[in-house]
Amino acid sequence: MAPTPTRTLTALTLTLGLTLTACSGNDTQGITDDTVTVGMIHSLSGTMAISEVTVRDAVQLAIDEINADGGVLGRTITPVIEDGASNETTFAERAEKLLQSDNAATVFGGWTSASRKAMLPVFERNNGLLWYPVQYEGLEASPNIVYTGATTNQQIIPALDYLREQGHTSLYLVGSDYVFPRTANQIITAYADAHDMDITAEEYTPLGHTEYSTITNDIARTEPDAVFNTLNGDSNVSFFQQLRSAGVTADDTPVLSVSVAEEEVEGIGTDNITGHLTAWNYYQTTDNDTNGVFVDAFTERYGTDRVTSDPMQSAYNSVYLWKAAVEAADSFDVDDVRAALDGITIDAPEGTITLDGDTQHVIKTARIGQVNDEGLIDEIWTSPEPIVPDPYLQGYDWAADLNG
Amino acid sequence: MEALVNQLPIGLAIGAVLLLAALGLNFTFGQMGVINMAHGELIMVGAYTAYVLHAWVGINPAYSLLAALPTAFAVTGTLGWLLETTLIRHFYGRPLDTLLLTFGIGMILQQAARDIFGAPNVDVPAPTWLTGGITLPGDIRIHYSRLFILALAITCVIAIAHYLNRSRQGRRMRAVIHNRDLAAVSGINTRTVDATTFFIGSGLAGIAGVALTLIGPTGPTLGTNYIVDAFLVVVVGGLGRLSGTVLAAFALGILNATVEAWADASLAKLIVFTAIVAFLQARPQGLFTVKTRALT
Amino acid sequence: MTTTEPTPTLLHRLRGPATLAALLAAALLLLPQLLEPFRLNLLAQYLCYAIVALGIALAWGRGGMLTLGQGVYFGLGAYAMAMHLTLQATAADPLAPDLPPFMVWSGLTQLPWFWRPFTSPAVAVLAAILIPGTLAALLGWSVFRRRVRGAYFAILNQALAAAFVILLIGQQHLTGGSNGLTNFPVFAGQSLYTPTAQTTLYTLTVLTLTATYLLFRHITHSRYGKLLIAVRDAEDRVRYLGHNPTWIKTLAYTLAAMAAGAAGALFVPIMGIISPTLIGVIPSIMMVLAVAIGGRHSLAGAAAGAIIMNTAQTTFAETFAGGWTYLQGALFVLVIALAPQGLAGLATTLKNRLTRPTPTEPDPAPAPAAERSTP
Repeated sequence: MAPTPTRTLTALTLTLGLTLTACSGNDTQGITDDTVTVGMIHSLSGTMAISEVTVRDAVQLAIDEINADGGVLGRTITPVIEDGASNETTFAERAEKLLQSDNAATVFGGWTSASRKAMLPVFERNNGLLWYPVQYEGLEASPNIVYTGATTNQQIIPALDYLREQGHTSLYLVGSDYVFPRTANQIITAYADAHDMDITAEEYTPLGHTEYSTITNDIARTEPDAVFNTLNGDSNVSFFQQLRSAGVTADDTPVLSVSVAEEEVEGIGTDNITGHLTAWNYYQTTDNDTNGVFVDAFTERYGTDRVTSDPMQSAYNSVYLWKAAVEAADSFDVDDVRAALDGITIDAPEGTITLDGDTQHVIKTARIGQVNDEGLIDEIWTSPEPIVPDPYLQGYDWAADLNG
Repeated sequence: MEALVNQLPIGLAIGAVLLLAALGLNFTFGQMGVINMAHGELIMVGAYTAYVLHAWVGINPAYSLLAALPTAFAVTGTLGWLLETTLIRHFYGRPLDTLLLTFGIGMILQQAARDIFGAPNVDVPAPTWLTGGITLPGDIRIHYSRLFILALAITCVIAIAHYLNRSRQGRRMRAVIHNRDLAAVSGINTRTVDATTFFIGSGLAGIAGVALTLIGPTGPTLGTNYIVDAFLVVVVGGLGRLSGTVLAAFALGILNATVEAWADASLAKLIVFTAIVAFLQARPQGLFTVKTRALT
Repeated sequence: MTTTEPTPTLLHRLRGPATLAALLAAALLLLPQLLEPFRLNLLAQYLCYAIVALGIALAWGRGGMLTLGQGVYFGLGAYAMAMHLTLQATAADPLAPDLPPFMVWSGLTQLPWFWRPFTSPAVAVLAAILIPGTLAALLGWSVFRRRVRGAYFAILNQALAAAFVILLIGQQHLTGGSNGLTNFPVFAGQSLYTPTAQTTLYTLTVLTLTATYLLFRHITHSRYGKLLIAVRDAEDRVRYLGHNPTWIKTLAYTLAAMAAGAAGALFVPIMGIISPTLIGVIPSIMMVLAVAIGGRHSLAGAAAGAIIMNTAQTTFAETFAGGWTYLQGALFVLVIALAPQGLAGLATTLKNRLTRPTPTEPDPAPAPAAERSTP
C-alpha cells in the first residue's frame, strides 16, 4: 500500500504549494498616492461575534465618514477586514498577515484580553500599531498598542469611589473565570482593605455558565450592600434573570456591572436589570452635540433598533484619533505617528478626549449609569474631572502590593 | 449535610435543565448510536422558534411560551427528520462519522442563526404568570420558571415512557433497539422507525430550547453551552435507558449544586467532570445497561 | 492491510522512498524560497497539526479508538514548551522581575515548584513528549481494561478536554488563565522571529513530521500493527486468541498522545502563543475532522488532510470574512458524506478506475467493522 498514499500526498502537496504561491503573489501596497490600507480584525464568527460585530460596524462607520470627508492626508482609507473567529491564534495569525502581506498602516480591533495579549508580540516585532477599543484589566503599556478604552483607574476605581460615597461598605464579587475579573477583583480587594470595606464573597463561574441559583440565593441570604459584577457576555443574562427570581431588587442590593452595556440590556431583558448600575465612560444618552451626530449616523446606517455602547464609541474614536495623529505627524509611518500621539485631542461622543503619550491610553471621564425601563442607561454620577490613565496604578498607595 | 438539604431544590432545578437537554439525545444517541453534535444547534433553533412566535408573529407573551412548545417540537423534529433521511441514515454504525457530519451541520446552523437574527442575544420575555416564586426552608427561593421546567421535564419523561411502553410504534422502536435484524425479520419497517426516532429526539431538543429561554441567553451559541453536559448525562445514565438518563441528570444536578455550596462554580464543574470519569471507570456501561441480543 | 499486493518490482520498491525523498527536498529546499516568511510560518503551523493527525490515524484509523481529546495532549506538550520559553523571556529581560508577569499580578512571590524544572530546555522537550505519553498510558490502560470503547470512549475524551480547559483557566496564577502563555521572543539565546529562526523551526517541523511518519509506518507494517487492526475489527476474537487487547490499544493511544505532545511543543515557538481555546473540545474535534478529510486509513492521507483543512480554513477566511463558516461546514459535510474514506480513499478509487479497469486488487481500505458500537 506504500505507493498510492505517497503519490496522493505528492499531488496534494503540489496543489498546496501552488495555492500558497498564488496567495503570496497578491501583496498589496500599503500606501499609494490615493489610498491607505488599514486592517480591521474582529471576531465575526464564534462566541465573541456577539460583541465584536457591533464594534466592527462602528469602525466601518468612522472610516466611511472620513472617506466621505476627503480621507486622511488626501488618501482614501481602504480597510482589509479579517475574522478573528473568537480564537487567539487566529487573531495573531491574521494580525501578522495584515502587517506583512497587506502592509496595513494601522490596525483596529481586538476585544478579549487574550486576543490582545496574542497580538501584542506580533505588533511589537513588526512595529505595527494596534488600536484596542475595550476597557481592560490594565497592567500593560505596549508602545505598539493604543488603548482607547478605560484602564482600571478610569472605570473600576471610580465605581468603587461611587459605591463608597453611597455608603455601601460590603461587596459581593461575582465574575467569569478569566483574566479581567480576577485582576479586577484583586484591585477591588486591595481597595476594600484600604478603605474599611468588606468583601463578603468572591465567586467565579466558567465562561458561558448559566446556572446562578446557588450564587443568587447566596446573595439574597447574605444581603450585601452591593454586588460588583464582572461576568462576561451571555452569563449576565442568566445571572440577572435568576437574581430577580431570588427576590433581589436594585433597591435592596444594586448590582454594579462593568461589562454590561446598552447592547447587552435587551438580551438580558430590560425588566430584569432596570435600576441596576453600570460603570463606563460613555452611554448612548451622554449629552453633547458630537454624540447626537454619532447616534443619528449610526442608527441611520444600521437601523433604528440598534444602540450605541462604550466599546463601539471607543472604537469609533480610535479611527478619528489615528487620523488626527497621522495629520499631526504628516506621515503614516508608525514611529512618526507614535511620536505625534501625545496631546492629540478630539471632540468625541463621550466628550473631549486627549491622548496621553506616556501610556498611550486616553484621558477620559468616568460615568456611573443606571439602566432605565427603556433599556438605555442614564448617567447618575460623573467623575469630577477627566481621569489621567494609570494602567499600573502607580499613583495609588494601597495598590503598591499589586505590582509586586 | 445541611448544605446538601439546602442545595437539593437547586440541584433538582439544575437537573431538570440537564434532563431536558439530554432527553432528545437519549433517542438519537442512546438508542441509535448517532453522536449528534448538532443537537445543541437544534436546541438553539427551538429557542429561536419561541422568539419568532413572540417577536415576529406577535403572539402575546402570556401564551407564546405555551404555543412555542409544540411549534418548536414540530420545527426541530422536522429539521432532524430531514437530516436523518438525507444524510445520517447512510452512517448508522459509524458513530464518529455521524459526529463529524453533524458537527459540520451545527456550524452551518449556528452561522445561519447569526445571519438571520444577528449576533447579539435576543429577548424572549417570560410570561407574566411565571413571575415570582416560592421560598423554601433555609431561605432558598425557587422561581416559578424553575418549577415550570421541572414540571415540563417530568411531563416529557412520562409521555416518552408511555409512548415507548404502551404505543404500537413505541414498542416497534424498542424492538429495533434490542435487535434490529430480528425486528426487521418480524416485519417492522426499520427505516420508518429510525426516521421516527430521530424526529422525536430532535423535537425534544426544540422543547428544551424553548424552556432554556426562561433561564438563559437566547443567542446563536446557546446550544454549545449544553452539548457536552447533555452527552455526559446520557453516558452516565447508560445508553438507551430512559430511567438511567433521568437518574443521571438529577444526580449530576444535585452533585453540582452541593459542590457549588462550598467551592466556586468553576471548581464545581471540574469536580463533577472528574467524578464522571471516575464513575465510568467503575461502571463503564453507565448506571443501567440495555441487554441487547446482538452479537458483538 | 492487504495481503495480495502485486509482486514488488524494483521500480515499485523504489517508488515509495523516492517520492518521499522528492517531497522532502521540495519541502525543505523549494518552499522556503517560494513562500514569504508569513506563509512559511503558517505552513509550519499546519505541519504541526499534521503530526497530530498521524497519531490520530494510528489510534483511530488503525486502532478504532475515537480520540476526541487530542487537544489535551497537544496542550500538555505546548504548555511544557511555553513554560520554558516564558521563563527564558523573564530571564532575558533585565528590567522584568524574576517571575513571569502574570504570576506577579496574581500575587505569587516565588516560582511554583512544578515550574522550576522547566528552566532547562532538555526537561521541557522531554516533558512535552513524556507527560502526554504517561497520562495517555495511565488513562488508556485504565479505560481499555474496563473495555470502555466506541462512543463512550469518545465522550470520555471530550469530557477530559472540557475539564482540562476549566483547570487551566481556573488556575490563572499558575497557568496564565484564559490568556494562556505568550510573548516569548527568545529560545536558547536566539530571537525566535528572525527569518532564519523561522526557517529553522519550519525545517525542524518537517523533519519531525517525516520521522513520525516513518516510525508510525514502520509500526503499522509490523506484527503489532496487524494486531492493532485485528483489535479494531474484532476485539473479542483477539482476546480469545490469547492476546491482551488492553496493552495493544494503550500503546497506540499513548503513541498518538506523544505525537500530539511533540506537535504542541513545536507549535508554541512557531505561533508564539498557547491558550486554553486552542485545546478544548472544538479544537479537538477539528483535529479529528482533518484526519477524516484526508483519510483515516492512510497515514499520508491523514497528514495531508490536516494541511488541506487548515489551508482551506485560512483561504476561506481570507476570502469571505464572516461567511466562511458556511463553506467550512459544507466542506465537512460533503467530504464525510461523499468520501467516507477521505481524500486518500477518493484518490485510490479514482486511480483504480483510471488505471485498472478490471478489479485485480481488492479495495485497500475497506470500511472497518470495528467502529460499530452497540447497535
